[in-house]
Amino acid sequence: MSAAPEAARSQGLPPTLMAGRGRAVAAAIARFLLPILLALVVGAVILLLLGTDPLAYYTYVIRRGLFSWLGIQATVTRMAPLLMIAAGLIVAFRAGIWNLGADGQFLLAAVITAALGPALIGSLPDWLTIVICFVVAGLVGAVWSLVPAFLKVRYGINEIISTLMMSFLGISFANVLIKLVFFDPGTTVPQTHTLPVEDRLPRLFGSTIHSGILIALAAVLIVHFVMTRTSFGLKLCVVGANPRAAIHAGLNVGFLTYATFAISAGLVGLGGAVDILGVWGSVRADWNPSFGLLVVPLVFLARFHGLATIAFVMFFAVLQVGGESAAVRLGVPTFYTLVLVALLLIFLALVEYLDYRRQVRTRS
Amino acid sequence: MHSLFTEPFLTALLFGAITAGVPLLFVGLGEQISEKAGVLNIGIEGMMLFGAYAGFVAAFYTGSFALGFVVGGLGGMAVAGLMALLCVRLGMNQIVIGIGLTLGAEGLTALLHHFQFARSYPRLEKAPVLEIPGISEIPVLGPALFHHNLIVYLIVAATFAIGWLYKHSDIGLNLEAAGSKPGALDAAGVSVVATRVGAVLATGFLAGMGGAYLANVGAGLFVPFMTNGAGFIGIVLAMLARGKPYWVLLGALIFGISLAMTTALQVAGLNIPTDVVQMLPFAMVILVLVIFGRHSVLPAALGLPYVRGER
Repeated sequence: MSAAPEAARSQGLPPTLMAGRGRAVAAAIARFLLPILLALVVGAVILLLLGTDPLAYYTYVIRRGLFSWLGIQATVTRMAPLLMIAAGLIVAFRAGIWNLGADGQFLLAAVITAALGPALIGSLPDWLTIVICFVVAGLVGAVWSLVPAFLKVRYGINEIISTLMMSFLGISFANVLIKLVFFDPGTTVPQTHTLPVEDRLPRLFGSTIHSGILIALAAVLIVHFVMTRTSFGLKLCVVGANPRAAIHAGLNVGFLTYATFAISAGLVGLGGAVDILGVWGSVRADWNPSFGLLVVPLVFLARFHGLATIAFVMFFAVLQVGGESAAVRLGVPTFYTLVLVALLLIFLALVEYLDYRRQVRTRS
Repeated sequence: MHSLFTEPFLTALLFGAITAGVPLLFVGLGEQISEKAGVLNIGIEGMMLFGAYAGFVAAFYTGSFALGFVVGGLGGMAVAGLMALLCVRLGMNQIVIGIGLTLGAEGLTALLHHFQFARSYPRLEKAPVLEIPGISEIPVLGPALFHHNLIVYLIVAATFAIGWLYKHSDIGLNLEAAGSKPGALDAAGVSVVATRVGAVLATGFLAGMGGAYLANVGAGLFVPFMTNGAGFIGIVLAMLARGKPYWVLLGALIFGISLAMTTALQVAGLNIPTDVVQMLPFAMVILVLVIFGRHSVLPAALGLPYVRGER
């Protein structure tokens, strides 16, 4: 598919904010903020139509998600798995590969982690259990992306569909594993054994925030560095931008494609491990936070840039955490966040399109 | 094992296969039209879901199944209209917009459903059935194949009509050209954009009707996220059918059987977790792609917006 590389090319790197030219800075900020603003405004109209005061909703969400100690802890905690997924998506998207199967990769890795952790914790030291869980979770994610990678390399089959199919398959398979293999006989609702709280990832500074957030932040920054500053990252970007040119340049496109899938899905798998080892300790049957497709627009909005991704993931986490309490208090279900994300994606594309048109006009 | 192959079991299996396969046939045929014209319609899942919601609302308030199908189709078409405007007319990224429309339809229908029906979860009465006299009496096949809503016979007939259109009409040839050589179509004086917009709208209408069937006939009610990937399976069907509607029909039937396994096995008294059965269609897609993957064919200009004079 050439749509992905084209997107990668037209997006490129965000213009640096240090450019010193007022207009460039303003344009860059507008390109980031305009889609968010438009999405919030149209979202407000929808809330009005549903009989909810949008201003009350938004202030409540921001107060709950950002301006309360409980909220900020929940927001930062929520950011950890989202950032790991975002790191995985940045690798794939920069390499021109549409990994849309994050949900399945995430959930399977989470279930395997939840099965492995409590089983190992009795006989191994804590740190070793956690390391093994991370390694295995990464491998599970990577293995789950092998089939789409094979189909793409061997037959040139578009990975959009194959990763989506593997995602649905993975979600059901994760449930089968919980219900038939890894269930804890001591509970009524099928779920895995639970990792004791004291054996989970250590908390930071006496808060409820776990250290997984540090791993996740590091992952995004490392991915950003590797993809923009190393020869390996550059090779992946070349394959993404123009596979034919990559072949002529003597790159092993097949190997690099496999590597992209494995790294991307592996990072998503680590996200599953972070969420289980940090927050939940076990997985209930039919649990599926479905973060995968929701992170896609954030990564696009950030134009695949690491720091910008962190900012947008935080924005989204505030919306989600605040939206969850708003669901209880104001009666607006969390589905509303889904609508906002969709609006964001559409306005993002629209702003990008208008910007592109403006550039074409000024050039000619 | 022989007890599996009793008459009620086979009838239930086949009947369920048709009920589960018809929505797939709708979306598969729809996606095929888009893909022929060069638009990879990832938003079809959202079109189907929105059609399911719109169709259910219409049928619930008017009591008319026929109106439910029409409104469902129009609902899918409304989402398709957005896609046509943004992707075909403005040439924006088809995949980003497709994901956006699907997420939006998921969120919006779940939201609307929450405010309207979440407390009552109303059900429709059973959809009217048209028994074809004579052949509906055949054992097993009769009750399984010829006891369906009128729309089922219509869409099967439409499959053949579409096949004829592809081969023998200007519309079909224009579609084909819009997907494989848009420049040539443009040179022949036919608008590529108009052809593709028409194709996307037709896709939306079919997907919406498929959604309405799923909600009104298949389930009898609307449940948030109820399409659960059926639209995406439609994309796979279209990919593997290589532009031939009859293959979509066959594929939809095969996937219908794998979907109908749950109910049929329960009728036979076997209790398998629903998750195992839910894996079947997706496992089959992957299997089919691995085995027949090299034969799937997509048009040359698929996924690319048409800009006159650009190569």
